[in-house]
Amino acid sequence: MKIVVCVKQVPDTETRVRIAPDGKSIVETDVNWIVSPFDEFAIEEALRIKEAKGGEVVLVSVGPDRAQSALRTGLAMGADSAIHVKDPLLEAADALPTAKALAAAIRAQAPFDLVLCGQQGVGGDNSQIPGLIAEMLDLPQVTVAVKIEIHDGKAKAEREIEGGREVWETSLPAVVSAQKGLNEPRYASLKGIMGAKKKPLQVVDAAALGLDAADLAPKVRTRAIELPPPRPAVTMIEGDPATQAKELVRRLHEEAKVI
Amino acid sequence: MAAILTFAEACDGRLRRASLETVSEARRLAGSLGASVVSVVIGPGTAALAGELGSYGADRVFVFADAALGSYATESWARAVAQAAAETKPQVVLFPFTAMGKDLAPRVAARLDAGLASDCVALEVKEGRLVARRPVYAGKAYATVEWTGEPQLASLRPNVFPLGTPDTSRKAEVVEGTVDATSRAKVASVAAASQGKVQLTEAQIIVSGGRGLKGPENFHLVEGLADAMGAAVGASRAVVDAGWVDHQMQVGQTGKTVSPTLYVACGISGAIQHLAGMSSSKTIVAINKDPDAPIFKVADYGILGDVFEVLPKLAEAAKAHFASRG
Repeated sequence: MKIVVCVKQVPDTETRVRIAPDGKSIVETDVNWIVSPFDEFAIEEALRIKEAKGGEVVLVSVGPDRAQSALRTGLAMGADSAIHVKDPLLEAADALPTAKALAAAIRAQAPFDLVLCGQQGVGGDNSQIPGLIAEMLDLPQVTVAVKIEIHDGKAKAEREIEGGREVWETSLPAVVSAQKGLNEPRYASLKGIMGAKKKPLQVVDAAALGLDAADLAPKVRTRAIELPPPRPAVTMIEGDPATQAKELVRRLHEEAKVI
Repeated sequence: MAAILTFAEACDGRLRRASLETVSEARRLAGSLGASVVSVVIGPGTAALAGELGSYGADRVFVFADAALGSYATESWARAVAQAAAETKPQVVLFPFTAMGKDLAPRVAARLDAGLASDCVALEVKEGRLVARRPVYAGKAYATVEWTGEPQLASLRPNVFPLGTPDTSRKAEVVEGTVDATSRAKVASVAAASQGKVQLTEAQIIVSGGRGLKGPENFHLVEGLADAMGAAVGASRAVVDAGWVDHQMQVGQTGKTVSPTLYVACGISGAIQHLAGMSSSKTIVAINKDPDAPIFKVADYGILGDVFEVLPKLAEAAKAHFASRG
């Protein structure tokens, strides 16, 4: 099995977001950059499939120089090689041009059996890459998977929906996106971290992937980014628990009008 | 005439509320854009839903009623929506950001080579073009985005856009569509884990529990209050990671982002990634014994107290309230 995993580097989920002076981005100093948690599930799943069936795991990431540390983290977990797609043309890229770059880099890995992604990149929260690259690569897709089984050249995956799960079956190769619950990602061992430094990490630009400025032109542009409006100060409800309970219900009904 | 296309998701023969919110929003935008509203509904038996879509504002409804489209499949359904788009040349295409819409919309965006803004919470028309507001970093910030070309694709967060008032005298023209119904990835079976329960992302009221409950054996206190209020049950990441409850219940940055009318946080201190996922709720109640818990900073009402004492009393008071209102 050859498995390609898409990896995005994102700010740690504990990051306190501050708006940059341009009003369109966040302040990146002091941000602790991590592998998007959903992508960690994808890397872990790829490694488990490789351990069970043999094969190789290739990571692909689109991003600036710092994205290489996310790829090194994945290599330290056990992936075999990595491709870093880096190009000034991709600096303002939204989901669609990013997906074009990923799809081109993945296509160059053919033949492969499976493409795994996180179901969403933490931060941008677009949840678009898996479906976009599946269509661009003309592959079937199963998104938001909490269980994946591979046998006889097919994949069976459980996909989370409102109030339940669907069991999907698909031919391979396919694109499958990982949801929390799929697995518990491993920590990289010291040996893994040392070994990762020697694993192949190839840097490619847009031209090498056959993409030009027109292909990578942004489709959705951020005009402004702002913090949510501050919430009004809290009203503390006093008294013993029974009094507090009654008073809260009264206020929710009469004042807030939400029950 | 310009058009706004909406994808209408049906579930068990009925339109999802989020589909009606989507067509209501399309109707609202149609005035400013001088556009007609066209909806797409897929699946056998769905022709019967065209009337309801019409009453909420659709002028035309594409119905793909092929028996082979009986259960959702990304590839064939994306083909159907893209075909309706090819025939209507829409300026705008709207999807509900449901599990299905989230799976389908990117595939359609790639087919149309068009930009998609996901999980929008507000849309408006400026100089004839759409501008959207959407949460980023799970709601720690909001982005205002615009499209560089057309069609402009957006998915709409359920529970945020108001439903229009249905007008049964409005009739939609029905257009029957056919499409290649094959798909390589297919649903083999459905396991409904929590049938009948209120869903987190669609709930008007959510009661969530955190580490203050001390152990999974006490989580029934949260469920008891949720039952009394007709609410969905949520949880903090700490208790999900500790294995007390299923991750589907997690509210926060690696879980669900929710905006109910009422959110009751029980024994949740309010880690930044949790606050991100719920602070756009209309009214927030926090029950916690730590006066310095960050959850009180986003709450409208706070009870400084022990969840073990407060929750049963609150369930009682809520029960009495709802009983008196029938």
